[in-house]
Amino acid sequence: MIESIGNKRSLKHSIDWVVIGIYLALVFIGWINIYASIHSTEPPSIFYWGARSGKQFVWMLTSFGLAAIILFLIPPRWWEGLSVPLYLLVLGLLVLVIFVSKDVKGSHSWFELGPVKFQPAEISKITTSLLLATVLSMQGFKMTRIKDFLKAAALIAVPMLVIIAESETGSALVYAGFIFVLYREGLSGWWLGAVGLVIALFVFTLFSGAYTSFLILAGVLYLCYVLAGEVKKPGRMLLAGIAGMVFLIFVPDILGWVSSLAQARMEWMRNVVWVPQAGETQDLSWGFVTEITPESVFLVLTAIALPVLGAYTLRKREFFLAALIGVFLLGVGLVFSTDYIFDNVLQPHQRGRIEVLLGIKEDLAGVGYNVNQSKIAIGSGGLLGKGFLQGTQTTYGFVPEQSTDFIFCTIGEEWGFVGCLIVILLYAFLIVRIILDAEDCRSAFTRVYGYCVAACIFMHLFINIGMTVGLMPVIGIPLPLLSYGGSSLWAFTILIFIFLALYRDEKKYF
Amino acid sequence: MSTDDRHIWLLVGLGAAVAVLLWKLFSIQILDSHYKEDASRNSMVYETIYPTRGIIYDRNGDILVGNKVAYDIVVTPREVTAFDTTALAQVLGVSKEFIEGKMEDFARRRRSIGYQSVTMMRMVPSETYMRFDEVKYKFPGFRGQVRGIRDYPVNAGGNLLGYVSEVNQRYIDRHNGEYQKGDYAGMTGIEAAREADLRGEKGYHIYLRNSKNQIEQSYNDGASDKEAIPGRDIMTTIDAALQQYGQELMKNKVGSIVAIEPSTGEILALVSSPGIDVEQLADIGKYYNEIAANPYKPMYNRAVSASYPPGSVFKLVNGLVGLEDGVLRPEMMYPCHQGYYFGAGHKLGCHAHRSPINMEESIMMSCNAYYCYVLKNILDQKQFDSVSEGLDHWREMVMSFGFGRKLGSDFPAELSGNIPTSKYYNRAYRGSWNSTTVISLSIGQGEILATPMHLANLCATIANRGYYYIPHIIKESEGVEIEPRFKEKQYTKVSQEHFPKVIRGMWRAVNAEPGAGGTARIAHLDGLDICGKTGTAQNPRGADNSVFICFAPMDNPKIAVAAYVENGGFGATYAAPMASLMVEKYLTGEISRKDLEKRMKESNLMSRVKRD
Repeated sequence: MIESIGNKRSLKHSIDWVVIGIYLALVFIGWINIYASIHSTEPPSIFYWGARSGKQFVWMLTSFGLAAIILFLIPPRWWEGLSVPLYLLVLGLLVLVIFVSKDVKGSHSWFELGPVKFQPAEISKITTSLLLATVLSMQGFKMTRIKDFLKAAALIAVPMLVIIAESETGSALVYAGFIFVLYREGLSGWWLGAVGLVIALFVFTLFSGAYTSFLILAGVLYLCYVLAGEVKKPGRMLLAGIAGMVFLIFVPDILGWVSSLAQARMEWMRNVVWVPQAGETQDLSWGFVTEITPESVFLVLTAIALPVLGAYTLRKREFFLAALIGVFLLGVGLVFSTDYIFDNVLQPHQRGRIEVLLGIKEDLAGVGYNVNQSKIAIGSGGLLGKGFLQGTQTTYGFVPEQSTDFIFCTIGEEWGFVGCLIVILLYAFLIVRIILDAEDCRSAFTRVYGYCVAACIFMHLFINIGMTVGLMPVIGIPLPLLSYGGSSLWAFTILIFIFLALYRDEKKYF
Repeated sequence: MSTDDRHIWLLVGLGAAVAVLLWKLFSIQILDSHYKEDASRNSMVYETIYPTRGIIYDRNGDILVGNKVAYDIVVTPREVTAFDTTALAQVLGVSKEFIEGKMEDFARRRRSIGYQSVTMMRMVPSETYMRFDEVKYKFPGFRGQVRGIRDYPVNAGGNLLGYVSEVNQRYIDRHNGEYQKGDYAGMTGIEAAREADLRGEKGYHIYLRNSKNQIEQSYNDGASDKEAIPGRDIMTTIDAALQQYGQELMKNKVGSIVAIEPSTGEILALVSSPGIDVEQLADIGKYYNEIAANPYKPMYNRAVSASYPPGSVFKLVNGLVGLEDGVLRPEMMYPCHQGYYFGAGHKLGCHAHRSPINMEESIMMSCNAYYCYVLKNILDQKQFDSVSEGLDHWREMVMSFGFGRKLGSDFPAELSGNIPTSKYYNRAYRGSWNSTTVISLSIGQGEILATPMHLANLCATIANRGYYYIPHIIKESEGVEIEPRFKEKQYTKVSQEHFPKVIRGMWRAVNAEPGAGGTARIAHLDGLDICGKTGTAQNPRGADNSVFICFAPMDNPKIAVAAYVENGGFGATYAAPMASLMVEKYLTGEISRKDLEKRMKESNLMSRVKRD
């Protein structure tokens, strides 16, 4: 009916050609690097069907076809209506695949229909995004309302848990990125902070021990209180906090010093003063000093401070402070359970990957092999790289999964820092452009969906590249649009072009 | 709370995340260079090309040591798939257990081996390798690597040449960085002495390999490869024919023959017996234990490493020192009644000969008593305050002949022998000694010890009338320089004028008319003009050692020989004929005294030799 008004905009103005341009650039970059990573098998040409570059070319063409279908044939408004059935359908597939799939490196996530293989987890990102957009854009939805929040959280968590059950933890981790969407739609920033804090505590407990984690926890929460709470003299409080922190930082040193004194005294007692008498036991009255750990000092201080703080909170009815104390206690609990989680909840290969990442273990032949080879490949690229097809590391198969999850190594080795910079900036522009386009939309559905797309791309980008350069543990997820694989390329094409279709739908009429 | 500005925070967050990624990339790609080094180690395979070792020639250009091709069988355990151990064992001519043992060992060490190749068998002969090469395809991961091994065309100079073997960890540690596991190096003899010349320089092919260690192609089309530089050839001063002849003469005897060209100091032959057969030398690893267990110690090069009492040949030195000091004049006569009597009823015995005699005759007849007088006169000279001073003076004179110290030849394992000091006697006799206490020094007994090389050098010194060149075994040739010291005349502290007087005695010892008392008449051969001096040195472990030094011809000597035969008896019994035959062989190229030669070659003294 609006069409009849006749102010429909031309294709030129209604489609975001910048996004399409970046999309095409990334797909092309991916294709030639896939070729580079397999060219040592000497395919007759980049189009040779028997090699991955040829197959990827076919995937590219079919993706472009899909893109055109989504952009021009499927009415954009169907997506909102289709979101619930599609979500349920894909969820069904996610569950089904656990039972019917073959075991591929321990994971059960691939459907095999003759020569075609596909991973429902890839598609699930799209359907989850669509449903999330539908739910969050419903009239009356308020993120701050617990019921609504739980609804949103549940529809993210359900596919995530099923995917974890498929042993595809990496893919599941991408869903954590939806928290940014929730944040944009009104989720309190404290949640983001809390998630960040939990990750930091976990990492620091493993990396440098519980005491460091306690200090970070206490420091962060104190800072929150001083900066965000209703404090009368924040400057003085801040100075006091810094002084306290400095003291706490030196506790381990002080303890070391005290215990060496105690040791010396014991030696002296034993060798000089104490003459053994019948029935007398050795004087160890100072011995306990050497047993004191910094953690126990911290806990004693906490045990003294908590009742005082608690009483103060009750009297003044400072709920913010009460919440912080609650978070503190939870944090202490987390730190103490970190080792338990690490040893019992995580699977051995995940443990290994984290240990390698944190440098707890160096295992260059085993778990650390991938990361080390990947870093060598990228690091050897230097500023300008070794040139197209000239990479020795990626060409000769030192880097595993080099055309799929580790495709970035080929870029790093053959195109150097400049190539990496260009690729990462292309992604960054893509994400920024999608976010800005989403912000530009009147339809809440399109906006939320746009943020979902941006979040998915970001998570894949950060986890994948972070993994290849050793910032993240080895998590096998593809680099969007670049990695070899039809399933992934199709999924990201659909993900992005649904957004472009929705966006076009808006731009057509306004 | 408004959500309008939240996208700004999210964009800032994105910017931060991108910045983190880019910073990490910057640091590993640009700031940190060790990844580039790792990369080259990772994908490039350096396949060592072993150089061929330098050839060792004799003085006439005949090959003493050459090379022949052998193979090492090398395994890359990571490439090995299940294979028929029995078949491989059969092809390589080893037991199945050997292969299984090796493979188990590699499996145990798989972490340290990684993608590398390890050597399973060394020095496999060509025939075996050819057999293996035909069926190699059945055994992925196994291949042959060419290694030159030593080849000896003539059986000459086993000990002298020395052997080559793979370096062990201690050797590697001692030569910091120059050697790696799997390298060969000369361990003894010339091979060790001239290792730096002979070894050459290793080269390498660089291949690119993938992480499965499959070699994909040669790197940079071979432009970065390094060719191996073959070792430098060495020309020795040895005369292969003479060396071989000496070894034949010394067969079944324990001792040594050293021949030197006096005018240059070049060692013509350096025979140590029993020696190592060159067959064994080529494959020392196989024979090492056998050789090491041999009670006659074939590995031990007696020519430079055995210290013997020189016996009567040392009288020449004492005579020369006496002449120089003026306490002896050639015409001086001393009596000898089957010995020299001193102190309270002591006697240093001598054989029956006419008495009294002059110096020339004393040499010819090798009179002990004569030299007792000479030594006593040297030690008790008026200008010395004590016998100690006299002895040290004597020692200084003697050492100028090269005795009591290493001559400094280019041959390893040289011993210095011993010339006693006054300090030694002061300690041994608690200060209470005189010239008669040490009287056995006069006849080359007592504390005097010298190597056969010392004796040959003495002979060369006399032949040269007063100087010697440091004996050496490497001839100067293209690309191989010898140290300048080998070209310098080393003068003794005895004036040259005194030598002819001694030489006349030596000539007469060999060439005196029958019945005149020449001790070395057996060494005489018409036309050769040999001058010599016998020695019979006491051997505390059995029969006396037979010693002889000689040079020829008297004028312009071409060769000086010292022969030392353990438990050979009188100097004239074995050492003199052998040395004489050596001279004949060298000067004429053939042997006229077939009977003598046969007797020398066939006599077997091994049963006389006391073993440890």
